Parts: sequence; structure tokens; C-alpha cells
Amino acid sequence: MNRKRRRIALLVSSLVVLAVAVVLVLTALQDTIVFFYSPSDLQKKNVAIDTPIRLGGLIQTGSVVKQDNNVIEFTVTDGAASVNVHYKGIVPDLFREGQGIVAEGYLKSAHEFVADTILAKHDENYMPREVADALKKSGHWQGESKAP
Amino acid sequence: MIIELGHFALILAFCMAVIQCVIPLIGAERGDVGWMNVARPCALIQAALIIFSFAALMYAFVTSDFSVVSVVENSHSAKPMLYKISGVWGNHEGSMVLWVLILSVFGAMVALFGTALAPSFKARVLGVQGALGAAFLLFIITTSNPFRRVFPAPVDGNGLNPLLQDPGLAFHPPFLYLGYVGFSVTFAFAVAALLEGQVNASWARWVRPWTLGAWAALTVGIALGSYWAYYELGWGGWWFWDPVENASLMPWLAGTALLHSSVVTEKRGVLKSWSILLAILAFSLSLLGTFLVRSGVLTSVHAFAVDPRRGIFVLLILAVFVGGSLTLYALRAPLLKADSFFAPISREGGLVLNNLLLTVAAATVLIGTLYPLILEGVDGGPITVGPPFFNMTFGPLMVALLVIMPFGPMLAWKRADLLGAAQRLWWAGLLAAVTVLTVLTIVRQGPYLAALGIGLGVWLICGAIAEWTSRIKLFSEKTSRAWARARNLPRSAYGTALGHAGMGVLVLGITGVSAWRVEKIEALAPGQSMNVAGYNFQLESIAKVQGPNYWANRAVVQVTQGENHVVTLYPEKRSYPVAGMATTEAAIYTHWISDLYVVLGDRQGTPESGAWAVRVYRNPLVDFIWIGAIIMALGGMISLSDRRLRIGLPARRRVVPPSAPLPAE
Repeated sequence: MNRKRRRIALLVSSLVVLAVAVVLVLTALQDTIVFFYSPSDLQKKNVAIDTPIRLGGLIQTGSVVKQDNNVIEFTVTDGAASVNVHYKGIVPDLFREGQGIVAEGYLKSAHEFVADTILAKHDENYMPREVADALKKSGHWQGESKAP
Repeated sequence: MIIELGHFALILAFCMAVIQCVIPLIGAERGDVGWMNVARPCALIQAALIIFSFAALMYAFVTSDFSVVSVVENSHSAKPMLYKISGVWGNHEGSMVLWVLILSVFGAMVALFGTALAPSFKARVLGVQGALGAAFLLFIITTSNPFRRVFPAPVDGNGLNPLLQDPGLAFHPPFLYLGYVGFSVTFAFAVAALLEGQVNASWARWVRPWTLGAWAALTVGIALGSYWAYYELGWGGWWFWDPVENASLMPWLAGTALLHSSVVTEKRGVLKSWSILLAILAFSLSLLGTFLVRSGVLTSVHAFAVDPRRGIFVLLILAVFVGGSLTLYALRAPLLKADSFFAPISREGGLVLNNLLLTVAAATVLIGTLYPLILEGVDGGPITVGPPFFNMTFGPLMVALLVIMPFGPMLAWKRADLLGAAQRLWWAGLLAAVTVLTVLTIVRQGPYLAALGIGLGVWLICGAIAEWTSRIKLFSEKTSRAWARARNLPRSAYGTALGHAGMGVLVLGITGVSAWRVEKIEALAPGQSMNVAGYNFQLESIAKVQGPNYWANRAVVQVTQGENHVVTLYPEKRSYPVAGMATTEAAIYTHWISDLYVVLGDRQGTPESGAWAVRVYRNPLVDFIWIGAIIMALGGMISLSDRRLRIGLPARRRVVPPSAPLPAE
């Protein structure tokens, strides 16, 4: 094999690997992306029932109902609209009323959301960025934080 | 007073860095030795100044000087000493000082030990290091000064985020930075080589130890971070494809590729421009990681900075260094001529394939990390690219890489015999196949892929052993001769074998925990129990306990298997009054090769029922993940201690010829 053919072999093998990667990336991006919605988004846009989505907003004060068997129900609001959330499992350390959260799951009906995961957030000032943006959009943003 | 001196030293260090950058680079261009020699004292003084500055900052934290803003924000007088010290780099400002500290110490090491380097080359390396130092020092001084005072000084501080108060995390950032900044040295060598217009074996011999050291440190850093996430966050997971984790994985992948390509450049004088490009990419990805984490573009426990000025500044540094070095590369790379050629089936060919797969895998991680940011930038709405994406893209590429991995070291340089390599690997392949069948028939539960994963792990470990036995000819010659060979085998060969075997152990761990993890949540009142995977977990009692700077609800959980008592576990839910936050302390016990992992949740139902949520995992083989990573890092360190890689050796060898011929590799 001469130099030229070696180069071509190298080039072809690189292109094959790259092509495989591109195909993998494109199919994965199509199938695995999860969109984020605020409660008002859910009202406005027609989100299909049973597709995985993320929902973010504030936990409405007074809405948290803890039942036996680790089932918890609460309302997520962005000030303009709200959605009932149903979750079975242990909630993160910082889960409390008035706190911003992001829940991953799917819609069971137009106003009922079943969460598979509630994302744990790391500190008391922390507001998930998507939630902050959603609150700004709905006009219920109260400033950065009540940091000491 | 010491605080002001520390601040002043940082500014002086900046001035030194500017001189270290400008004068030697001009000197090297003009061929003026006097100007080139400025680099060495500058690098040493700069390192001394930054060490002093860092010590001053540490002094402020250790003595709890609450007139300094970063101490107030990140420390507390009641905090244990270890976390007062780790608090120095547990925040944005301090972590950047740690960054420049490592950078300047590495620069000083090049200045001190680089006596064998050509003067113009050394001047250029130090000049590039000076430019990096100047950029980051300016960043610290203008946007994130750790020595800012506050008046009047508060009585006490806000405390460090309790999640970060953990031994694992105390050492996670320094190791990560050793890795990131270690790549800055290879970057400086790459840019200097481009300026010089030539790359030779001694270039690669210099780059290899730095790459190895940086890579090993990065491996340890990532493993520590992952272990921390596993036991501290209480989700039982070990890798979340969080953008911040990806930010450290990408330089690791590029560094792994560089590790392999620099061998080819050293031994065979080919792939020169590719190695240079990888050196630039590895450091660029480190910088990108810094940008992503520090800019506040991403929200995460690691993202301290929310000041947009900082983000723009780091982006500027990124643009200048990445853009500049890549432009230089485009201009100069065609000058680099290969010294030899190789057939596609050869050690070189195998390493090219390794590099191809590693860089493409790094690219898929990059796409998955940046895609949400880009989509949001063009107003496509907020989206999440989660684990499924990476499993679908990164996964197959890695599997392909791992399947061919044992073949690599078996191939000869220049032109190899694939069949011969396969013959030396036949028993490894056979063992792997037997393992797959055994897992399929005996375990039965879990996906088919799991059996293949375990088989892959066995293949890698046996492949590494097969490489060693065939090198020392264990079964083809007399045993005593084989042992003599084993003693004379270069340490880098042991490094390779350990690195590859460590990867195999890691694969076993990943497969085990992904396929056979068992998770169960139940509400238990004291006295009640639950069954998980053949173990019985009884919640005995729950009591309040007081820690040094927190109080906790601590549960006593008795674990039994059949008649036998296994262990008593004490999961906690801690509350840190200073920070006003709670953390979960999982209780973990390693029983045989599985982890029993118990997390205490919230109080359930009515207070009278006295029930608490208890979450229990059994994570089979999970510890193999970190053991594998440590074996890999160990392999890197052993390789680093190879006498052929010892810094300065190229010069000495010219004077004293080696007395005994080195064993053939």
C-alpha cells in the first residue's frame, strides 16, 4: 500500500466513525430531549398527555398534602397558573412550601402532573434558572433571593 | 495587614506574569539570549508571590478573620479546621487563586527542571505560561478579589455550604485543578512548538510526563467528585451527566487521547500535528469547563459565580487562548513533517483508532452539554439533554473503543499481525465469552446487555494480563527467565496494563450497578422493617443528636440476612442552623461486593404515627467504579515514574550512555 492509499484509508475510517457519531447524536437528540414548561405554558400550549416533560415553578403555600406510603401531593404555580402534582417517593432536603422546584414526569390530564423525580436543589437561595425565567415571564419574580 | 500584603503580592505576581510573557517571547523571536533568560527568574518570583498570597488567604480562613468578605461568606468560627482550610477553595475567589497557584508552581517547575530544553523553546513555553498567568491574575484582581474587606466586620460568618463540608469534596477541587492546569503545561509546550515550527522526540518526551501527571490527577479528581455525589447527595447515583461533570470529563477524554498519541509522536515521529492539536484541545476543554462552571451559564452546586462580568471575562480568556492557539495551529501545522510511515494494522494504527473514538466521544459530550445552551440562545425554549442522550451516543463509541483496547498493546510498531495479536488474546476472549454465558444462565435477571457488559470488563482485565504475560513470555519460556523479564519490564508497560485493567474494573462496576440495582422506599415506624434483595432492614429507633455545627435526626437501622446480623446502620438527616439548610447523610455498608445504602427521608403522615420515609438501595459492584478509577490513576503514576520519562533524562543520556540495553518494548 502506498502513502496515498494509506492516507485515504485513514480518512475513510475517520469519516466512518464521524458519520456513525453524527447519526447517533441526531437520533438521540430526537428521542431523548425533555422540554421544560411552566404552569402557564401548560395552559397555553397543548402538551401531549403521557410524554415526558419537566415542570417548574413555586410550591404553592398550604398546598402540600403528605399521605401515608410516601405519597405527596402539592400544587406548582408560577403566579398566573397552577398544576397539581402527584409524587411517590422521598422529596429532596429543600422541598418546602414557597420553594422553587423542577419536577420530571408527565401529564395525566390537563391539570394533573405525575412526577417521577423531583430535582433536589442545593442551597436555600437557589432558584432553578428555568423557574426564575418562567416567574419573570409571568411577572411574579421577587428579586434574586432573600439571602442574609 | 497580612491580607493587604496578600492582595499586593497578587498584583505584583500579575506584573511578573506580564513581564514573563512579553520579554521572553520577543527575545525568542529575536534570538536574544538575555531577554530569553528573563523568563526563569520571573516564573520563580511569580510562583513565590502567589504562594505567599495563597498562604495569606489561608491564614484569613484559619484565623476566621471576618473582616474579609470571602471569609464571611464561606466560613464560620464553629466549623471544623479541615473545612476552614478547604473553605479557601470552596468558593469562587479562592478557587481561582488555587488555579493560578498551581499554574505558577508548574511554571516554576518547568523553569527549574527544564535545563535540557533549548533556550528559545524554554523561553517560549514560559512566555505562554506567563500569558495564561497574567490573564487569570487579571481576572482575579479585577472581578473576583478574595481579599476584599468589609467594614464593620460581622461577628461571625455564613458558613460553607454544608454539602461541601465533606472530606471527599475538600480534596476534589485541588485534584481537578492539578489536572486542568497540568494540561496548561502541555498547551504551552504545544504553542511553543508551533512558534518554533518543529516537533521532535524530545518534545513528546517532555509532554508525556506532564500529560500523564495531569491525566492521573484528573482521574482522581473526577473519581472523588463522583464518590462524593454517591454518598453525600443521597440519591444513590454516581454519575448524573450534569454539565459540570461533563466539563471535567471532556478534558479527561482529550487528555487520554493525548496520552496515547504522544507515545506515537515520541517513539515513531508521526502524528505530530495531531498531538499538538490534542494538547491544545485538552487545555481548551479545561478552559471551557472553567467558563461553564464559573460563568453562571449553568446552575449547579459548583457554579459560584453569578456576576455576568466574570462570565464575559472568562469567555474572553477562552476566546483569546483557544482562538489564538488554533489560528497559530492552522498557520504552522503544515510545517510539521512526519519522520516515518505506518501500515493501518500497526500499533500506530491502533492508537489512531483509539484517538478517533476518544475525540469523537468527547465531541458528543460537548454537543450534549452545549446543545441546551445553544437552543435557548436561539429561543428554542428550555430543554434538558439527560442521561438517555449520553447513553445512546457516548455509550456505543466507548464500547467500540473498549472492545478493541486489548489489541492495541499487542500490535507491533509500523506493521503488525492482527492474527498474531488475536492468538495471544484467545484465552482472554474465551474467558469473556464464558463469563457472558455464565451470567446469562445463572443470574438471569437484568437485561442481556448486562451480561455483555460484564463480559467486556473481563475481556479488558484478562486482555491486560495477557499483554503482561506475553511481554515477559511467561508461558513460552522458563519461569525464572520470565520473572527476570518481569523485573526488567519498563514501568510504563506496567502503567499501560494497570490503566487498561482499571478500565475493565470500572466497566464491571458500571454494569453491575446499572443492571442490578434494587431500590425500595417505605414509610416505617420504629420497630417496623422492610425486605430488600434478601436483606431485612429494621428501623429500631430515631433520635436527635448534636454535631459540631449541626443537629441531626439519626436513625438506627438493623440489617439482617436470614438469621445473621449483618450490620447496624445510622443514616442521618442533618440540619445546619448557620446555613439554614438540611443535608442527607446516607449510611453505606459494603457487604461482599454490594453496597447497602440507607437514606432517611421525611417524617410521614401524622406525627402520632411516628413513621419516617426510609429509602434503601442495594448497589451491586458499585465500588468497582472508584476502585477502577484509582487503579487507572495508579497506572498513570507508575508510568510517570518510568526512568525513561524522568525529566532531564534526554540531556543526561547524551553524556552517559546507558550501561545495559533497555528491554525491547
